[in-house]
Amino acid sequence: MNKDVTILAIESSCDETAAAVVRNGREVLSNIIYSQIDLHTVFGGVVPEIASRKHIEKINPVIEAALKEAGIGFADMDAVAVTYGPGLVGALLVGVAEAKAIAYAAKKPLVPVHHIEGHISANYIDNPDLVPPFLCMVVSGGHTHLVVVEDYGKYKILGRTHDDAAGEAFDKVARAIGLGYPGGPKIDRAAKEGNADAIAFPRAHIKDAPLDFSFSGLKSAVLNYLNGCRMKGIEINTADVAASFQKSVVDVIVDHTMQAARMTGIKKVALAGGVASNSALRAAMQEACRRRNYTFYRPTPLLCTDNAAMIGSAAYYDYMNGKRADLDLNAVPGLKLGQY
Amino acid sequence: MNILALESSGLVASAAIVTEEKLIAEYTTNFKKTHSQTLLPMTDAILKMTGIDISEIDAVAVSGGPGSFTGLRIGSATAKGLAMVLDIPVISVPTVDALAWNLCGSADLVCPLMDARRDQVYTGIYEFRDGKMICLQQQEAVSILDVIGQLNGLGRKVVFLGDGVPRFRASLEQNLTVSFAFAPVHLAAQRAGTLGSLALQYYKEGRTQTAAEHHPEYLRKSQAERELEEKKHEK
Repeated sequence: MNKDVTILAIESSCDETAAAVVRNGREVLSNIIYSQIDLHTVFGGVVPEIASRKHIEKINPVIEAALKEAGIGFADMDAVAVTYGPGLVGALLVGVAEAKAIAYAAKKPLVPVHHIEGHISANYIDNPDLVPPFLCMVVSGGHTHLVVVEDYGKYKILGRTHDDAAGEAFDKVARAIGLGYPGGPKIDRAAKEGNADAIAFPRAHIKDAPLDFSFSGLKSAVLNYLNGCRMKGIEINTADVAASFQKSVVDVIVDHTMQAARMTGIKKVALAGGVASNSALRAAMQEACRRRNYTFYRPTPLLCTDNAAMIGSAAYYDYMNGKRADLDLNAVPGLKLGQY
Repeated sequence: MNILALESSGLVASAAIVTEEKLIAEYTTNFKKTHSQTLLPMTDAILKMTGIDISEIDAVAVSGGPGSFTGLRIGSATAKGLAMVLDIPVISVPTVDALAWNLCGSADLVCPLMDARRDQVYTGIYEFRDGKMICLQQQEAVSILDVIGQLNGLGRKVVFLGDGVPRFRASLEQNLTVSFAFAPVHLAAQRAGTLGSLALQYYKEGRTQTAAEHHPEYLRKSQAERELEEKKHEK
């Protein structure tokens, strides 16, 4: 097969309306993202109905911009790809209905893509030499998965969270210490001014599931610490709390990833998802890999957040594997990785 | 002039192909499957059945709201995707207007009632004169007692239709002082054929939108926005 495969990809699972054109899974011809974050900040988190309303207003201009920047028309694409889960059902449905209609009217195949598969595949775009198998730690506002990418489109989950996602813990702690939403970048920034060893927050390890995660206990520990300070009239050092909390999360994530590498013998380690743009996590994972002579991969920060280029990358490999969706494709908010 | 009409504002999913001469095909289901699973397959089925290619469609009509927020968006996104690729206009028809058009020619007032939850209805009041539909009360979200009061004030016989009828039947029977009737089942709910027929008029009047412009009119803010406004009000 020497023919180029050009895919129009659409992503609307949360609060980013995004479209991209990707060639052969690795070459991004355009990557348009309309972020709604300012709309949701006043509510302290993403409001599903507001997100869905914004998606329907923005989706056509975003798609048109992606095609224009790539310099192609609907007739030039080989397939349409869309995120169909997991995510907010109302938000997903906008992208799914739109993508199905586009594929139908343009008479092109439709490729359904798992959102997390997209995040993992963002690594293919920024790391042309990366090929499976590799380990990938996916950390975002909704997901915490330690995954073995056995082959393109073939995943084995080694560890997952039992309660909050890592990014969710960042948001909740950021709110508690008055940093506001979105918590990830705000804690990252505040932590740079703080002492990460100032407060000893717990690192949760789950019995019989050494690679799984739990962040709700850590979140409670932070809240208890803050309450304790307030009751005793001790002044709270926001930067120290942010840094200590962040270190606790980073330590667990890096530790579990390194354990997984040791167990599987895989020497290639990648990060993915919104929290993968956290500077402390990137630095710690890089250092841990360097010490063990593992190769470390991560997407650029732009491709860590929700975007459609990553969906177009994942879709290419699914397309080559013959995966197609019918006109009755539905959004699946609780879609599991590797379940189709 | 082929209009593809899509209706997914309520429990009904419906797709139709309408021309100036006839309703070529209509496929309506009032069933539990989600509109995401039914609307496009139904569209494909009627196009295949009639041998019309999607590229032969000249405009896409869609129920423009109010209705189920998610249902409206499924119809809207489908219309926007089709119209963008085919480079044709979207005709957004107010849902309550289209419902009233089901009873075109009625000698009595027509009052569609859609259950809007939170003890409200999406409704409007219409009459037909010389083959034209005249809107006496534009579609809005109000309490059932508000509508009843308005109808009592108008003092004319009225026909009700829509999924709000079973929900509010008791209240209608108790509080109306004018005589009233209910539409039979085949005319009581949203139908894409009706929507397409009304859309033809809109098209002739130039009331079309581009695919990018179109989005649903919900007639109601999201719950989060309402609560935020209430909080601000309290302060």
